[in-house]
Amino acid sequence: MVNAKHLNSTDKNNVTEMSTKNQNEVRIGLEVHVQLTSLKTKLFCGCSSDYKGKDPNSLVCPVCLGIPGALPVLNANSVDYAVMVALALNSKVSECMFFFRKNYYYPDMPKNFQISQYDQAGGVPLAVGGFLVIDVGTKRKKVRIGRVHLEEDPGRLVHQGAIDTSPYTLVDYNRSGIALLEIVTEPDLDSPKEARIFLQKLRSILEHLGIFAGRLEGSIRCDANISLTGGTRVEVKNISSFKEVERALSFEIMRQKNLVKKGLSVKHETRHWDESRRVTISLRMKEKEHDYRYFPEPDLVPITITEDFVENVKEKMPELPEARISRFVDAYGLPQYDAEVLVSDKALADFFECTVKLYDKPKEVSNWMMGDLLRNLNENNLVLTDCKITPEHLVEMIKLIEEGVISGKIGKRVLPEMVLTGKQPSLIIKEKGLVKISSRDALEGIVEQVFSEHPSCVEDALADENAVHFLVGQLMRATKGKADPQLANQLIHEKLESLKK
Amino acid sequence: MPKLHELTAKQTIQKIQDNEVTAQECVQAVFETIHKLEDKINAYVTLVEEEALNKAKEIDRKISDGKPVGKLAGVAIAVKDAICTQGILTTCSSRMLQNFVPPYDAEVIERIKREDGIIIGKTNMDEFAMGSSTETSYFGPTRNPWDTSRVPGGSSGGSAACIATNEATLALGTDTGGSIRCPASYCSVVGLKPTYGLVSRYGLIAYANSLEQIGPMTKDVYDCALFLSVIAGHDSKDGTSVNVEPKDYTKCLKNNAKGLKIGVPKEFFGEGTNEAVEKQVWNAIHKLEERGASHEETSLPNLEHSLATYYIIAMSEASSNLARYDGLRYGYRVDKDDGDWATVYSKNRRDGFGAEVRRRIILGTYALSAGYYNKYYLKALKVRTLIRENFTEAFKKFDVLIGPTMPFPPFKIGEKIQDPLALYMSDVDTVSTNLAGLPAISVPCGFTDGLPIGMQITAPPLREDLTLQAAYTFEQNTDYKTKKPAIN
Repeated sequence: MVNAKHLNSTDKNNVTEMSTKNQNEVRIGLEVHVQLTSLKTKLFCGCSSDYKGKDPNSLVCPVCLGIPGALPVLNANSVDYAVMVALALNSKVSECMFFFRKNYYYPDMPKNFQISQYDQAGGVPLAVGGFLVIDVGTKRKKVRIGRVHLEEDPGRLVHQGAIDTSPYTLVDYNRSGIALLEIVTEPDLDSPKEARIFLQKLRSILEHLGIFAGRLEGSIRCDANISLTGGTRVEVKNISSFKEVERALSFEIMRQKNLVKKGLSVKHETRHWDESRRVTISLRMKEKEHDYRYFPEPDLVPITITEDFVENVKEKMPELPEARISRFVDAYGLPQYDAEVLVSDKALADFFECTVKLYDKPKEVSNWMMGDLLRNLNENNLVLTDCKITPEHLVEMIKLIEEGVISGKIGKRVLPEMVLTGKQPSLIIKEKGLVKISSRDALEGIVEQVFSEHPSCVEDALADENAVHFLVGQLMRATKGKADPQLANQLIHEKLESLKK
Repeated sequence: MPKLHELTAKQTIQKIQDNEVTAQECVQAVFETIHKLEDKINAYVTLVEEEALNKAKEIDRKISDGKPVGKLAGVAIAVKDAICTQGILTTCSSRMLQNFVPPYDAEVIERIKREDGIIIGKTNMDEFAMGSSTETSYFGPTRNPWDTSRVPGGSSGGSAACIATNEATLALGTDTGGSIRCPASYCSVVGLKPTYGLVSRYGLIAYANSLEQIGPMTKDVYDCALFLSVIAGHDSKDGTSVNVEPKDYTKCLKNNAKGLKIGVPKEFFGEGTNEAVEKQVWNAIHKLEERGASHEETSLPNLEHSLATYYIIAMSEASSNLARYDGLRYGYRVDKDDGDWATVYSKNRRDGFGAEVRRRIILGTYALSAGYYNKYYLKALKVRTLIRENFTEAFKKFDVLIGPTMPFPPFKIGEKIQDPLALYMSDVDTVSTNLAGLPAISVPCGFTDGLPIGMQITAPPLREDLTLQAAYTFEQNTDYKTKKPAIN
């Protein structure tokens, strides 16, 4: 039963400080929706939350389909998760939380209302306030959090091509009822880049809390409110991934600036980010705020969150990114920069720690990861969890170099193979014949060959020590990099010495 | 010697267990009555005769094999059409759901099946339980067995009528603002609205979820206690379900009212209360005093606001609960779906819902709208708290509160249907217990001009035992239970 006392409106929302900066200043606020897929089940029923790639409408039940008579029951773990996030964002966890119904008609909503904790009238969400500090270049910036709350995901509308030209709409309710955590920031972000940095940091925190698999497409989505200073606020919806955030925001800012340049006004509206065409399109005018007729959900009782409960969650909290970065610096002696890059992605950081457990030279491991591994991932548009490389294999490769079986240079050629195929480095070396040539006999003939092919360079080298490098390079080239570099150097020098005599 | 369809559930179970009769014979007898009377009564929307007889055979086989059977073995049970039954049409007496077959059983249905009760059909009701006369049904009104020109009460009119006519042995009703007690009173049967949360609402098609409960409608108080024992109990599928130990309510039935302190709130005898009704209820109170009870007149002043509070909350919740009926996934759909989804939704809802349902959706939508929410809905919630406090105070002094269930006897079909406010007024004595979430029973307590009168006994939360015992004591010392409508 809802006690009316808690429902008194405080009218605290919608206080936006508008500064009188110049017209080109941009203000961005984000509404981030995070799917709590680690919950295993949906927010109010026992259906599996692992819906990616499943047949449409195969993970549904009377509750998430809104069949008459079915009732929601709160997944208790969702409160643990949500409180964890609230604590990580320095938010104040409410003593009692309510669910509300947000009433509106839309085909992705099986009940034509959404169970949420937002009520627009000052109702109590799971947590309020808080902040997240981000690093933008050299400056640190505090981004204020407005609120954190739980709600259910609607179903998914599937269109043929773009939303505005599709001849039909299909509805897949597998997503309907998935637990969503909504995190709302104040309009404290000044650029698309800051928005990306904020989201990356947030994602790292969420991953470290173990509450979602951020790599799954659509598991973190956001809506953005964008305005030029003094201008009208436009909401952009349907930003489904991190890569899209920067693009969508940049487009929208450009669109608004162009309108202002032409002397046209920016309309208060909701726009839809069309990923394939990379434009925002107008969906509905926001001339009048939609009346969602929020009221307390009668089927769910208010939930009391005791101090003990919060303390308990605090104790269970895993290490957060900031602490992990410090630990990487202190325990492994990594430079701050290395630590930050590795921890920005929990998978990278975990990979690093696994590798260091097997091979106790942290900086060496970090170098390979920060350099070749990351470059390879980026070049192939991959993320670490997509590829098959293991810490054991990376250690094996580093040891092969250390033991002189392959050169460092060959290592750089083996690593991409490891990333793409997941093969053991020793196997790759064997298959491609990349074992280092360290025998004098095998190399002497090739040295002869190099000297006879480049007589003028030999002349130069006899006079100038710097020109020797060219001959060594040629030798490496002729052996496809397999020659033991030290021995190659030594043999070239010996040969030159013999010519001098 | 009563005929098989005239037996109470207790008698039926006993005779089947003693091998005097078979479950099949009992169910058959009930269906014969149905076939004889349905044209005149219209208590049912759907009958499942073949399935019911098969189930009866199964139970007979179990008994002849010496296997154990459940507490309701062989009893013919009618279910209000607002409760989901897997594979059996569940219409809420609405055009909107005229083809809706639920893919699951409500929790109460599972419990009945577990105890070998036999579902024989789905009973008529006011559309989506919105009404007090069963006249708003898309399938036409149910008629009062005592006078077929009159209403049986509502919204569970079909369930009450089928018990009064022996067209079922037990029935389930639902009560949002009196929908079990009103028709129980008008048809001279027993009806209990349990404490909010005692019976699982899982599978009850919602009208106003913070108010409603499923409850038993029976031929006598013993059956009511027996049926309640089967359907009550915690259900993890209902977030508002109360976590209490299962209980055998038949154990609390004693023919004794010694020490029972009765409060008689003057608000239950307000303006518009029929004199004969008032007199019969007072006679009933005195009857209980003969068995050791004492009474005192009292007042619950906030009950004055019950009706307004009730209708605002019920309609607001209804406007949201009924939003899901858009025709997209199930339910009524206009033939031509041309136009965008919003247009199609509008057409489906305009044609699929009846006038009273549309009226309540519109009023509820208005009450929740920005600018009106504080004035209506929020205020109603506050008054609701005050009403609850009035009851809490009263129960510090009294064990039960007694008054009439309905302020006047059953009215003519068509008499009030054009005047919604007059119809809403008939709920004046029943809605307050829903607002406070309390248990209340209606038990037959006499007649005026051949029309039944019911007495309402209200108790503190989870004290169904008190209402049942008081009703039982009254019933045992009067003969209203034996009076049956002439139509039989």
